[in-house]
Amino acid sequence: MGKDDLKLLSMWASPFCMRVKVALAEKQIPYEEIMEQDLMGGKSELLLKSNPVHKQVPVLLHEDKPIAESANIIAYLDEVFPDKPLLPECAYGRSRARFWADYINRKVHPAGGAIWNAKDKDEVEAAKKNFLEIMMYLDGTLGDKDYFNGDTFGFVDILLIGLSSWFPAYEKFGDFKLEDHYPKLAAWIARSHARESVSESLTNPEKIINFVIMMRKMYGLE
Amino acid sequence: MTQDKVKLFGVWQSPFVLRVKCALKLKGVEYEYVEDDLLNKSSMLLQYNLVYKKVPVLVHNGKPIVESLVILEYIDEVWKNHSLLPEDPLEKARSRFWAKFVDDKFVPVISKMLRVTPAHKENVAKDAREILKTLESCLNPDVQFSEGNKLTYMDIAIVWVGYYAQILEKILDVKLLDDDNSPLLNKWFKDVFDHEVIRECLPPFDKLVAHYTNFHEQHMTVDD
Repeated sequence: MGKDDLKLLSMWASPFCMRVKVALAEKQIPYEEIMEQDLMGGKSELLLKSNPVHKQVPVLLHEDKPIAESANIIAYLDEVFPDKPLLPECAYGRSRARFWADYINRKVHPAGGAIWNAKDKDEVEAAKKNFLEIMMYLDGTLGDKDYFNGDTFGFVDILLIGLSSWFPAYEKFGDFKLEDHYPKLAAWIARSHARESVSESLTNPEKIINFVIMMRKMYGLE
Repeated sequence: MTQDKVKLFGVWQSPFVLRVKCALKLKGVEYEYVEDDLLNKSSMLLQYNLVYKKVPVLVHNGKPIVESLVILEYIDEVWKNHSLLPEDPLEKARSRFWAKFVDDKFVPVISKMLRVTPAHKENVAKDAREILKTLESCLNPDVQFSEGNKLTYMDIAIVWVGYYAQILEKILDVKLLDDDNSPLLNKWFKDVFDHEVIRECLPPFDKLVAHYTNFHEQHMTVDD
């Protein structure tokens, strides 16, 4: 019990959970992972009790007190465990990071989802165009830096890299390759994957693709 | 000592601009306000907010900050008097969670209400009341706003919901702030409205009613 009593309620396919795992690994914080077992059926009692508003993973339990929403959780961890900070030091830098965090949260996963949920060729094309426009903004803000955070891997990098586990699925169903459009962004993904915190926390994209195929079958798209 | 130069681009009716005005006023920050014409967005606004092209935009010594909740955190970090966010990281996380909840849930429902036909207004009002009921659960009965009259991040982030709910009640003749549904929340709103800073920053009620009545008439979708 005490400062080290951390539990993460998670689910293997959730890119939002992967983000939190990357953050925990970057800061070398020990925790216990509690995976939701039943994907399609009911949610666990613990999850429903810990996040009654959204009933979604990830939820961090710190000494049994719940913190929900991945960006929120990572900001919390950064404050409680200030070693190896994830956010920039200055207020303006932090405001830029929070802006891009908000942008990534609003746009990326829904836009990707629209690609594999599309019902016909026209819808796929429109969804792909929208997704690539979002990537354009991200590529622009990354620029020639190694990471969104500058020289060091930080908050914005973590938020986006978790979502990137789903990118091969978007590429497959959208019939495109990110590196053909935005090579800098693709290089950033590869650079980030070289970090142990990332390679150990992200689910294998093949597993995600199979998960998406299963969902598409459920929705009558396959 | 160099003078801090602060500029706020906004529109008078925006609840997100309201948030920023409240924070600046509470902390006694002097700023220049620029009312933006939404239809003919000024090139200066576009220069500062290329991604969303929306207000509010705070410009501090030439550097732009966008997104109202991001702006609130920035203001709190730069001007440290009357701090808005709690010290305790857990309480801070809670505040951020509820501010985001309000934006994620209430904004779409307000948008729906402003386009609703008489036949569907009760259904949408019911959805809104459910969200308000959930929002009520964010209130910590041990820490009421009225204690010490201290305005917090959560008060500033959420106060617009109560005000705009009243406006919608008037325009659509529906009940949103129902004491059978969310009595604690309703009381909380009343307390926050009474704070001097909030009172001075809230746009005039009648002006908002007229503006949104007009909007509703123009955007109401036809009944099938």
